[in-house]
Amino acid sequence: MAEPVFVGLPRKLVGVTIDGRDIEMTEGSTILDACRQLEVDTPTLCQLDTLTPINVCRVCVVELEGSRVLVPACSRKVEAGMKIATDSDRVRHSRRLVLELLASSVDMSLCSPRVHGWMARYGATPARFGSEVATVAQPVKVDNDLYVRDYSRCILCYKCVEACGVDAQNTFAIGVAGRGFDAHISTEFDVGLPDSACVYCGNCIGVCPTGALMFKSEHDMRAAGTWDESRQSVTETVCPYCGVGCMLELHVQDNTIVKVTSPLDNSVTAGHLCVKGRFGFEFVQRRRS
Amino acid sequence: MFGAGGGTSSYREAEETNLIILWGSNARETHPIFFHHVLRGVRNGARLVAVDPRRTSSAEWADVWLGIDVGSDIALANAMAREIIHAGLADKEFIARATTGYEEFERCVEAYTLERAEAETGVPAAAISEVALDYARAERGMICWTLGITEHHNAVDNVLALINLALLTGKVGRYGCGLNPLRGQNNVQGGGDMGAIPARLPGFQDLEDPAIHEKFARAWSGADFPSKKGWHLSEMFEAMDRGDLRSVYIVGENPARSEADQTRAVRLLSGLDHLVVQDIFLTQTAELAHVVLPAAAGWAESEGTVTNSERRVQRVRRALEPPPGARDDIDIIGELAQRLGCGWGRPTAEQVWDECRRLSPMHAGMAYRRLDELGGLQWPCPDESHPGTQFLHARLWKEPAEGAPAPFHAVEHDPPVDRLTEEFPIRLTTGRRLDSFNTGVQSGGYTSPLRKGEALLISPEDGKRIDVEDGEAVRASSRRGSVEVRVRYERSLRPGLAFMTLHFPDQVSTNVLTIDATDPKSGTAEFKASAIRIDKLTRVPAT
Repeated sequence: MAEPVFVGLPRKLVGVTIDGRDIEMTEGSTILDACRQLEVDTPTLCQLDTLTPINVCRVCVVELEGSRVLVPACSRKVEAGMKIATDSDRVRHSRRLVLELLASSVDMSLCSPRVHGWMARYGATPARFGSEVATVAQPVKVDNDLYVRDYSRCILCYKCVEACGVDAQNTFAIGVAGRGFDAHISTEFDVGLPDSACVYCGNCIGVCPTGALMFKSEHDMRAAGTWDESRQSVTETVCPYCGVGCMLELHVQDNTIVKVTSPLDNSVTAGHLCVKGRFGFEFVQRRRS
Repeated sequence: MFGAGGGTSSYREAEETNLIILWGSNARETHPIFFHHVLRGVRNGARLVAVDPRRTSSAEWADVWLGIDVGSDIALANAMAREIIHAGLADKEFIARATTGYEEFERCVEAYTLERAEAETGVPAAAISEVALDYARAERGMICWTLGITEHHNAVDNVLALINLALLTGKVGRYGCGLNPLRGQNNVQGGGDMGAIPARLPGFQDLEDPAIHEKFARAWSGADFPSKKGWHLSEMFEAMDRGDLRSVYIVGENPARSEADQTRAVRLLSGLDHLVVQDIFLTQTAELAHVVLPAAAGWAESEGTVTNSERRVQRVRRALEPPPGARDDIDIIGELAQRLGCGWGRPTAEQVWDECRRLSPMHAGMAYRRLDELGGLQWPCPDESHPGTQFLHARLWKEPAEGAPAPFHAVEHDPPVDRLTEEFPIRLTTGRRLDSFNTGVQSGGYTSPLRKGEALLISPEDGKRIDVEDGEAVRASSRRGSVEVRVRYERSLRPGLAFMTLHFPDQVSTNVLTIDATDPKSGTAEFKASAIRIDKLTRVPAT
């Protein structure tokens, strides 16, 4: 006989129209949820299912009938009778400009292929602003053996700040400092990580969409030209340390663990790990040397 | 608990409860991802109470920190129970329908007045009363603990005292309520599940029950195996001491460093006729062995399952080829069986698991296929249509209650064995830090920027009183031995309390100081409570 299982309170359904197609969503869903249900590919950069929507990148905007401005799909909740256009000229123009502004000032070469696909789809040509544009180019920060910070790749999506803060780790080692173009991710008083509140959980790396935050192992292999994702396998297993049972994804190249992640949809971790789970794997490899 | 050897709740319930008591657990550092669930609960409005002699990084998140004296947990729990009873907040209906032994328990806790508890625990009476009444009044409330409860000479009594509180207030068997030991290693729970404890067969089935014994004997082709329970680890060391245990086969454990009173542990292991150690490293224990069997790492180089602290059985998978010569545990055991004349063949991990599923009803529904698809399953899971069990003991709330009632246990306060005296005036307690693990065999493999090496942490007040500077090397001595170690001032410690870890045995052998007074039921040593003295190195040590 099955034991009772708590499944939450019942929610009512809300009908909306997206690009002329009707869909019913549970109350509290976002326009992005509805788009995904209809398999309408929607670009996102600052959005992640495990983080609170923060609405900063504006690349997911859609046109909502009756609304003066475009609305962010990632955070706007569905309301009965909404009529939404995801591919109007206004939406395409806005998404193109967002991608162009970001890509003209930031090195987005390590973003996922999906991001490059959106660039192509919206005809984003960052080079049209000329070669004299301001960029965030700067040296890579390497101040510890576990991970590096390359803020020339940072689009200020805030995901790392959220993962370090209330959405997961609650360590608050980083925030956004400065205003306007000078806004940047910073530790307290811009000190190096070893002098900051950082506890090296690497949950910021886990959510970074641009490769600005990266395992030092990956950074070093890329510098040496040996990083090759086509030769990497990903295996799910369980962390060898405490008894919480965090699911790990071991990224292995040439029989060596080169990176550790955790699935976002895992009920134990929600994609987050601690310093031991994320970086504590070296002991199995040292036996080979 | 009440016949089921595992935590009653799911992690998710910590997010949707009203009150969480972390009792003897610094989960922020020792179970960081469980603490994420706790923090979500706190963000959702739950109150958090930390019961810990140290003002840990977990306690910093708590609404209330009860900074108890080491080893006074039962006095605190019993006084809380008395407060709840006197305030009329005992759940009389639940007690009547689902428990036994209440009258004796009530008589026992009546002696634990707030005044007495304040004297025994060092916690102000008003704080004890506040937490007791908060817990009793909360619609949902959870108690979670770790080694702060179990590494004592009366570990089982400590656990029983916490169970009493949940029974008294009807806080078990409902969503968001429960009793949860957070497991310290990735398969401590699974080891128990599989019967790697003296009195049990897989699925916590009683080895000494003739019907169970016969069921297994039939499945194992009439094999002749013991029908009386064996020894737990501490009893094995006693048997070595008596000379009754002469050959030992150790798999994946480093007792030469992890045992309390390490000098004695090494002497006994060294005196064996035959010691076999199967490990992924040449540990300090393996160095004492006559035969070392190099093993593959269970979590990354072989297939199998582990069970976590919410009873979730999850798959581990082979991601790496093991180093040359290192073999899978199953292969090694099969090969040994072959040499001993038992033809077990070469089963895969899945075949071994399927045999377990046939013999252990609580695992029966957990086919590999389902574990893969569902990200693991929580036991009990009796058949392949069962979704797994989110929380245990809902049966106690059925009308009428099903199964055996849950017993109260009257337990009395009994202070730590290693008494504080003028000669040994400081209470040393041990534990873990965020970036390290046990004897450092695994965590020593990576370079953590947080790691500062071993030190004896003491309060600045104690430092000034005994005239040692922050960073000064001193001699720390207990009744069993002494070590040289650097002092570090630590503001989270109260005067009279010191803290060390076991993470760096090559720097400081902390377990030279600890006492091997063990709980008679669980066999766990009192790592949490040694009495030490601290001497400046210029002086002649007192011992």
